[in-house]
Amino acid sequence: MKLNEVFGANQRVLNIYISAGYPKLESLGTILPALEASGVDIIEIGIPYSDPIADGPTIQRSNSIALENGITVDTIFDQISACPVKTPLILMGYFNTVLQFGVEAFCKRCHDVGVSGVILPDLPLDLYLNRYVPIFKKYALHNICLITPETSEERIRQIDLHSSSFIYAVSSSSTTGKNKSVKDAADYLQRIQSMQLSSPLMVGFNIKTSDDFDFVCDYAAGGIIGSAFLLALEKSKDIKETTHQFIKAIRS
Amino acid sequence: MSTLYQASESGFYGEYGGAFIPEMLYPNIEQLKSQYLNIIQSDDFQQEFIQLLKHYVGRPTPLYNATRLSAEYGSTIFLKREDLCHTGAHKINNAIGQVLLAEKLGKTRIIAETGAGQHGVATATACALRGLPCIIYMGAKDIDRQRPNVSRMQMLGAEIVSVESGSKTLKDATNEAIRDWINNPVDTHYIIGSVVGPHPYPEMVTLLQAIISKEIQEQAKKKPTHIIACVGGGSNAIGAFYHYLDDEEVQLIGVEAAGHGIDTSMTAATLALGTPGVLHASMTRVMQTIDGQVIEPHSISAGLDYPGIGPLHAHLSDTGRVLYHSVTDQEAMKAAHQLSRLEGIIPALESAHALAYLNNMDHNSGQTIIINLSGRGDKDLATLTNGISDETE
Repeated sequence: MKLNEVFGANQRVLNIYISAGYPKLESLGTILPALEASGVDIIEIGIPYSDPIADGPTIQRSNSIALENGITVDTIFDQISACPVKTPLILMGYFNTVLQFGVEAFCKRCHDVGVSGVILPDLPLDLYLNRYVPIFKKYALHNICLITPETSEERIRQIDLHSSSFIYAVSSSSTTGKNKSVKDAADYLQRIQSMQLSSPLMVGFNIKTSDDFDFVCDYAAGGIIGSAFLLALEKSKDIKETTHQFIKAIRS
Repeated sequence: MSTLYQASESGFYGEYGGAFIPEMLYPNIEQLKSQYLNIIQSDDFQQEFIQLLKHYVGRPTPLYNATRLSAEYGSTIFLKREDLCHTGAHKINNAIGQVLLAEKLGKTRIIAETGAGQHGVATATACALRGLPCIIYMGAKDIDRQRPNVSRMQMLGAEIVSVESGSKTLKDATNEAIRDWINNPVDTHYIIGSVVGPHPYPEMVTLLQAIISKEIQEQAKKKPTHIIACVGGGSNAIGAFYHYLDDEEVQLIGVEAAGHGIDTSMTAATLALGTPGVLHASMTRVMQTIDGQVIEPHSISAGLDYPGIGPLHAHLSDTGRVLYHSVTDQEAMKAAHQLSRLEGIIPALESAHALAYLNNMDHNSGQTIIINLSGRGDKDLATLTNGISDETE
C-alpha cells in the first residue's frame, strides 16, 4: 500500500515509531509483522544515531542500546528487505548517517526495499530544496518535514507547498518523550487545522494513551507514537503480545 | 577584517558550515541570524562591550616577550596573555558579548555547554554581572577532572547539570544544551563557547574573539612570522588568526590534541583523522565511523576533547591557509612544565599544546613567533602535578 493511500481511506491514522536494532539487533523482524497484524497504518523506523539532538532520554537510550547491538544502516535495509510487510514504512534518522551512506545510495536502497518516505529532522527545508529534490524524486521518496508551535504561518505554507505526503506536527516545543500533555496543544492544532493545508497532518510528541490519540485525531489525520511504545517494549517479555496489547489499548 | 574567509549568506565556508538544525530551533536561529550583526555592530552595543572588555575583563591583554623561552629555542617568542583575562581564559570575550546580545534580544535565561569549564565559568561570570539565571551543561567526566571550575561556577550562582550520556564530555554536554534550547525556545539564549554549531554561531563567535588578533596587530612592533594556537573547537585560534588571514606572510599554525597519538584510538585530532560530516548542526570535519556514528575522542585536556572542529578551520585546512598539526598529551604536559619553570607562567593544558609545537619547528633568530596563551593552568593543577610525580617515579 502506498503511503498517501492511507490518508484517503482513514482519518484516524496511527503511526508507530520504533528504533531499529532495539531491544535486540534482530527485533525488527518480530516487531514489523506484529505492528502490521495489530492494524497500525504507518510504521516509522528510527535509524539509531550517537548524537540524536532532537530526542529525549527514552529514544536516546534505545539508540545507544541499538548501536551497542551492532545496528547499521545497511543492516536496517537488509532486515526490512527480509521482512516484507504491506504497511507503508518510513525511515527517521539524522542527516549525518544518511550523508555517510551517500544520499543517493540511501534513497535508492529505500526505493529497493519499499520504504515510502523519510524524516530527517536536521536536514532543513532550504538545504533539501537546494540539493536533494531531484534525488528524492528519482526514487519516489517522500521527504516529510516537521512543524512546531513556533513555526510561522508563512513557513508552514512553504513546507506545505513542498510536501508530497504528510506534515509532521510536533505537538510541543520540546524534544521527544517529555512529560507534557498533548492537550496543551489544542490552540496550536486548531490554528493549523484552520489553515486548511493541502497536506495531511500527523501529530507527534506527547501521545501516550488512546485518549491522547483521539484528541489529536479531532484536529489531524492521525497521530505518531514513539517513546510510549518504546517504554512498553523496554518492559516487555513477549514483543508480539506487548505490541498487540499496546495498539489495542490505543485504538480502544 | 578578512573578506576572503567570510561565511556565505547561508553560513558556509567553502563546503563547511551551514545550519543543520531541527525545525524546533528554526525560529531561534533565524532571529539570531537576522539580528546579531546589527546588534553587535551598533554603537550602543560596541560602547558597552568595549568598556566591559577594558575595565572588567582587563583588556588589552599583554603581548609578553618571553625571553627565557626565546633563549631556549633561539627565536623571538611572544605570548599573547589571554590567561590574564578575568576568569583566566579568552572565553570571557565571547561570553560577555553574547550575554549583552541576549539582553538586546530580550532573552531572560542563559544556557551553555562547557568542557574544561572555562567557558562555563566565563558564562556564569557574565550572567552574574548582569543578573541573569545561568544553566551550565557539563559532562560527568569533565566535572570530575575540572573540579576547581565546577566550584567557581557554583560560587557564581550557576546551576550545573551533570551530563551522563555518551562519553560524558564536551560533545554530550553540547547535545544536552541543544536539547534544553529546543525545550525552551522563547526565553532562552544558548551561548555556544566555540566557533562551532549552526550558522551564525561560528561567525558570531569569530567576530567576538577577533579582538585578540586586533590587539596583536596594535601591540606587535614587528610583524610576526608565525602565530600558533591550540585548536579544539577553535575559538582562541580563530581569534588569534583572524586579522592575519589575508596576510600570507604570516604563517598561521593550529595545534590539535593528538592524545596518545594520531595512530591510536585515544586521540582528538579532528583535522588529522576526521572526515566531512554533520556534528552539532554544522557541516565540518568529524571523527566518525564509516556509518556516521560520532567517535568518542580523547585528550588530556578537557577543552580540546571534541570530535569536531569549527567549520572555518576545516575550510582553512582544506585551502592550506592555516597549517594544522598535533601534539600528544605527554608533549603538552612537558611544555606546561617548561613554561612554568622558564617564565613563571602555568599555562592551561589546552594552551600547552600550542607551546609544545615549538619543539617541532625549525628556529632561527630572524623569526618572531606569537603563541596565543589562551588560558591559565590553575584548573589543571591536579593533572599537571600528577604528571610530576609520574616523572619522578
